[in-house]
Amino acid sequence: MKLKLRIWRQNGPQDAGSMVPYDLDDVSPDMSFLEMLDVLNERLTLDGQEPVAFDHDCREGICGMCSLVINGTPHGPQKATTTCQLHMRHFSDGETIDIEPWRARAFPVVKDLVVDRGAFDRIIQAGGYISAPTGSAPDAHAVPVPKPDADEAFEAATCIGCGACVAACPNGSGMLFTAAKITHLGLMPQGQPERDSRVLGMVHQHDEEGFGGCTNTGECTAVCPKGIPLAAISRLNADFRHALKASS
Amino acid sequence: MRRASVGLKMIMAASGGLLVAFLFVHMLGNLKIFVGAEAFDHYAHWLRTIGNPVLPNEWYLWIQRAVLTVAVVAHIWSAAVLTIRARKARPVRYAHRPKVRGSYAARTMRWGGVIVLLFIIWHILDLTTRTVNPVSDTTQAYAAVTQDFAPSRWWVTAFYVLAMVLIGFHLRHGLWSALQTLGVSNARRQRALKAAALVVSVVISGGFLIVPLGVTFGLVG
Amino acid sequence: MEFYTDGEPIRDTKAPEGPIAERWDTRRFSAKLVNPANKRKLTVIVVGTGLAGGSAAATLGELGYHVKSYCYQDSPRRAHSIAAQGGINAAKNYRNDGDSIHRLFYDTVKGGDFRSRESNVHRLAQISVEIIDQCVAQGVPFAREYGGLLDTRSFGGAQVSRTFYARGQTGQQLLLGAYQALERQIAAGTVEMNTRHEMLELIVSDGKARGIVVRDLVTGEITTEYADAVVLASGGYGNVFFLSTNAKGCNVTASWRAHRKGALFANPCYTQIHPTCIPVSGDHQSKLTLMSESLRNDGRVWVPKAKGDQRNPAEIPEDERDYYLERIYPAFGNLVPRDIASRAAKNVCDEGRGVGPGGLGVYLDFADAIRRLGQAAVEEKYGNLFEMYQRITGEDPYATPMRIYPAVHYTMGGLWVDYDLQSTIPGLFVVGEANFSDHGANRLGASALMQGLADGYFVLPSTIGDYLAAGPFPKLDAEHPDVVAARRQVEDRITRLLAIDGDRTVDSFHRELGHIMWEYCGMERTDEGLRKAISLIRDLKDEFWRRVKVPGEGEGLNQALERAGRVADFFELAELMCIDALHRTESCGGHFRAESQDADGEAQRDDEHFSYVAAWEWGGGDRPVLHKEDLVFEYVHPSTRSYK
Repeated sequence: MKLKLRIWRQNGPQDAGSMVPYDLDDVSPDMSFLEMLDVLNERLTLDGQEPVAFDHDCREGICGMCSLVINGTPHGPQKATTTCQLHMRHFSDGETIDIEPWRARAFPVVKDLVVDRGAFDRIIQAGGYISAPTGSAPDAHAVPVPKPDADEAFEAATCIGCGACVAACPNGSGMLFTAAKITHLGLMPQGQPERDSRVLGMVHQHDEEGFGGCTNTGECTAVCPKGIPLAAISRLNADFRHALKASS
Repeated sequence: MRRASVGLKMIMAASGGLLVAFLFVHMLGNLKIFVGAEAFDHYAHWLRTIGNPVLPNEWYLWIQRAVLTVAVVAHIWSAAVLTIRARKARPVRYAHRPKVRGSYAARTMRWGGVIVLLFIIWHILDLTTRTVNPVSDTTQAYAAVTQDFAPSRWWVTAFYVLAMVLIGFHLRHGLWSALQTLGVSNARRQRALKAAALVVSVVISGGFLIVPLGVTFGLVG
Repeated sequence: MEFYTDGEPIRDTKAPEGPIAERWDTRRFSAKLVNPANKRKLTVIVVGTGLAGGSAAATLGELGYHVKSYCYQDSPRRAHSIAAQGGINAAKNYRNDGDSIHRLFYDTVKGGDFRSRESNVHRLAQISVEIIDQCVAQGVPFAREYGGLLDTRSFGGAQVSRTFYARGQTGQQLLLGAYQALERQIAAGTVEMNTRHEMLELIVSDGKARGIVVRDLVTGEITTEYADAVVLASGGYGNVFFLSTNAKGCNVTASWRAHRKGALFANPCYTQIHPTCIPVSGDHQSKLTLMSESLRNDGRVWVPKAKGDQRNPAEIPEDERDYYLERIYPAFGNLVPRDIASRAAKNVCDEGRGVGPGGLGVYLDFADAIRRLGQAAVEEKYGNLFEMYQRITGEDPYATPMRIYPAVHYTMGGLWVDYDLQSTIPGLFVVGEANFSDHGANRLGASALMQGLADGYFVLPSTIGDYLAAGPFPKLDAEHPDVVAARRQVEDRITRLLAIDGDRTVDSFHRELGHIMWEYCGMERTDEGLRKAISLIRDLKDEFWRRVKVPGEGEGLNQALERAGRVADFFELAELMCIDALHRTESCGGHFRAESQDADGEAQRDDEHFSYVAAWEWGGGDRPVLHKEDLVFEYVHPSTRSYK
C-alpha cells in the first residue's frame, strides 16, 4: 500500500506547529497503525530527519498510552479499538491520512503527537480511590457484593485512561473518564463512605484542570475503546446532586 | 471558586424543564382556536383574570412572565458560561474536522438556542405586544392569530414552522440531556427516556404548528 | 570456564531458621523497627510503578516514609502489569477443595522445577491470602458469583480452583487498585511522583545505594536524586528478544545499571515462553500479543500430518491432522504446562509442519467446542479474545482455526535478593519481576500478580525498616565525588550515543539482537548455539557502538535516544544470559538444553550438579564471576515433573 500522511509536527509546548505531509510506500495491510509509523520513523532517521514523537507502550490495547486522532477521530475509524490495535487493512491504497494529537487545554502538547495527560492523575488524586491502607482489610468475603453491581462496576473500571473521550468531545470535557471512576467505586460497598466527598472532589478537580462541561452529546462514548456508556455520566450527576444535598 | 460544571448543567436542566412545562400548557391553550373565535378570545381574556379576586387583573401573568424570564436568563447564563469554558477547553482546533457522530440535535443546541431566543423576541413583538402584528387591539386574540397567518402572509407561517422545527430539535436533545444531567437516566432506561423525549418534543412542536398551518390552509377562520 | 570465572558461594543470611510456617513471623519479629517520628526523615526512592512498585510506594507512604517514585510512562497507571490477563492465585480455600497455604507452596516449588527457595515461596503462599483481602478492600471488582461471593477458576499447574480474576483484565484491575492507593498518597504529600523520568544510573556511596541519576524524558534534564534506600521495581527483561509480549518500553536498564554497580544478577537464562500468542505476520512486527491460556480449555491444538501441507485447514480431513499434544501427553492433553506446550509447538514447526506465514504457527481449533457447546456459549466464554484475534489478524476464528505460536512472556531471572528482598548492594531492594526470588525456573500462571503485590504491599514494607532503622544516612549533594562520577557516566554515555551518527537505526540492531536470542537462547538451547550466539552478540554490540544513528539531541523529548540506551544495556544482558544458559548444562523449567533430555525428549534436570541459584557478578565487561547459592529442599522433595 501507498499512503499520503499529514502529521502534526510541533517541536515543543511553545512551538506553533503545523501539519507536515509525508509519502509512505511499502505499507503492509497487516501492519498495525503504530508499526506503520515505526516504518516512517526508520526512514526519517536514515534520511537525517527527526522522527515523529508519539506515545505508545503495551501495543495491546490496555495501557492507554497511545493517543492519535486519525482523520478527525480519536483512535481512528474502527469502533472500540485503540490506535495500537488498529490495522492498516482498514485503510485503502493511496489514501490520505491526517494524524493529530489529542486537542485539549488540559492536555498540552509536549512534542509532535505526544500530550501531557497528568490532569487525569490529578482527578484521581482528588478522590478516585478507596482509603484502605495496607494491612487494614477485613476478610475478602466479609462483605458480599451483588453480582450485577460487581459486573457493572467492572465495566466502568475497564477505562484505560487514554483520554479519547476528551479528544472527541466538542466541549473538551473529561466527564466520561471522571464518571467511569465514580461509577466503579460508587457501586462497590467499600466505596460508600467516601462516595459524596469523592464526587465533589473529582468534579471540582475536573473543572480546575480546564476541561469543559458535558452536554451529553455522546461523542465520548462513541470513540471510547472500552465502550464506557454515557449512563456513567448520569450516575455521576445523580451522585453529585446527592452529595450537594448532603453537604448543604 | 468557580461554579462546578455539573452544577451549571443542573441549573440549565431545571430552568429548561420549567420552560418546557410552560410550552406544553401554552400549546394546549393555543388549541382552543379550533373551538372558535369566541372561545379563543374568552380563553385569552381568562388568562388575564387568573387569580381574581385575590390578585388584580394581569398580576398572575406578570408573575409568570417574571418567573419565565428568570428561567430564560438562568438557562442562557449557564449555557453561556459552559460554552465559554468549552471554547477555552480546546484552544487549538483539529485540522481534520471530526465527522459528526452524535445526533444533529445534540450538535446544534447552542446555535439552535440562539435562534429560539430570536424567535421568542419576534413572537412577543408579534402576538403579545402586537408591534409587528396587523391587529393591534390586544383583546382581539383570535383576529390577531388568523390575520397574522393569513395565506398572504405565508412567510410568517414559514418562519413559525422553521422555528417550531428547531424548537423540536432543541427540546429533543434538551429534554433527554436534562434527565441525564439530573441523574434520572441509566443504561437500562436510556432508550426509553430518549424515546420519551422525542415524543414530548414532537407533541409540543406539532401542537404549536397545527395552529398557523391550520390558519394558512383555511382550516381555521 | 572460558566465558566466566568462579567466585565464592553466597548465602541468604536473612532467611530465618525453624519450621517453615513460622519463618516469616520470625523474621518480622527480629527485624528492627523504625521510630514512627523518624520515618518522615527517611527517603525511599522507588523506580517503577507496576504492581510491585506501585503497591510498595503507596504502602511506604502510608507508613510515613518520604517516598520518591519514578516511571518512564506518562502516568503510573500505564506500567505493564496492566496487561496481565488471567488472574491471581491465593490459598483462600473458599471452594473447600482441599487447598491450603502448604499446597500453594508445594505447587509453586514444583512448578518452578525445584529451582526456587522454599522459605520465599512459603512466605508468598502465606501472604497470598492477605493480598485478596487488601485488593477487595480497595474496591477491585473481582468476578463474583450470584451469591455475591468471589468467584475463582483453575489455572495451569494446579488441581484446585484458587485463581481470583476480573474477566480477562485482572492485572489491569489490580494495578488500578495500587495506582489509586498511590495517587491517594501523592495527594497526601507522602509520595512525590515523577512521571516520564527514566533511571539511568545508581548512586552508590560508602558501599550503600544512596540514590539514582534520572533523565527527565520531556526536557532531557539529568538530575541526581538522593535517598536512604533505593527500591527497584522495574520489571523483567523479556524485550531483549525484541519481540515479546512485554510493552515496548519495558527494559533492563535500571536493573542492569545496578548490576554494573555491584548487584548480582541471578539466573538470567530463566525465561518463560508462553505457548498461545498470535504468530508473527511479517518483518514489520513490533510486538507479540498474548491470547489467554484459558483458550486451551476448549481449543484443540493441531498441525497437518504431512510436511508443507499448504491446504486451507477446512480442507484437511480429520485423519490427516495431528493433535500432537493429545497424542504425546494423553493425560493432560491440550492443558500441559506452558513450557511443554511451547516446546512441542516448536518441534512440530521445526519438522516443517507449521502453518501460516513462514510456517511458524499451529492451529488452535474451536470447531469441536462450537459443535459441542454452540457458538453462543463459546462466544460468551471467549468473545473478547476472539475479537482481539480478529482485529489483529483479520481472520474470523469462529470460521477458521486460530493460528498460535509461542512468544517470550516473562523472565524468572533478575537481580539477586535475600529474604529481605535486599540485593548485594546494601540499601538496594528489588521487588516484583525485577528480582529472581520466587518462581525458580518456571512461573505458574496467575503467580506473577501474586508475587508483585506480596513484595510491594507486605514483604518490602516490613523488611526495609530493618535497614532504615540505622538511618538517616549522611546527606549527599551534587559535589560528592560518587554523585559526580555517576552523573558523568550518564552524560558521557548520552554524548557518546549521539556522537556516533552512523547509518543504522536503533531498532534494526534491537531486531537483530532479538533474532539471535530467539534462535539460540530461546525455547531450546545447545552448547554450540550458545557459543555462536555469544560471538554474534559481541560483534553486533561492537557494530552498534560504531554504526548506530541516534537523531536529535539530548535536550528535549528524544525517543530514539531512550531506546538506544536501553538496547545498549540489552546487549550486555544478552551475553550474560547466553553465558548462564551455557554453563547450566541441565534442562529445567523454562531453560531447555537439547543435550539434557530423556528418551522421550522431555527435560531432564540435574539436581546433583545444578541445585543452585547462579548469581552473576559484573566482570567489568570481561568475564563475569559466578557465585552459587545452594538450594536446600526440606519440605518439598525434588521429583521429575510428568504430564503424560
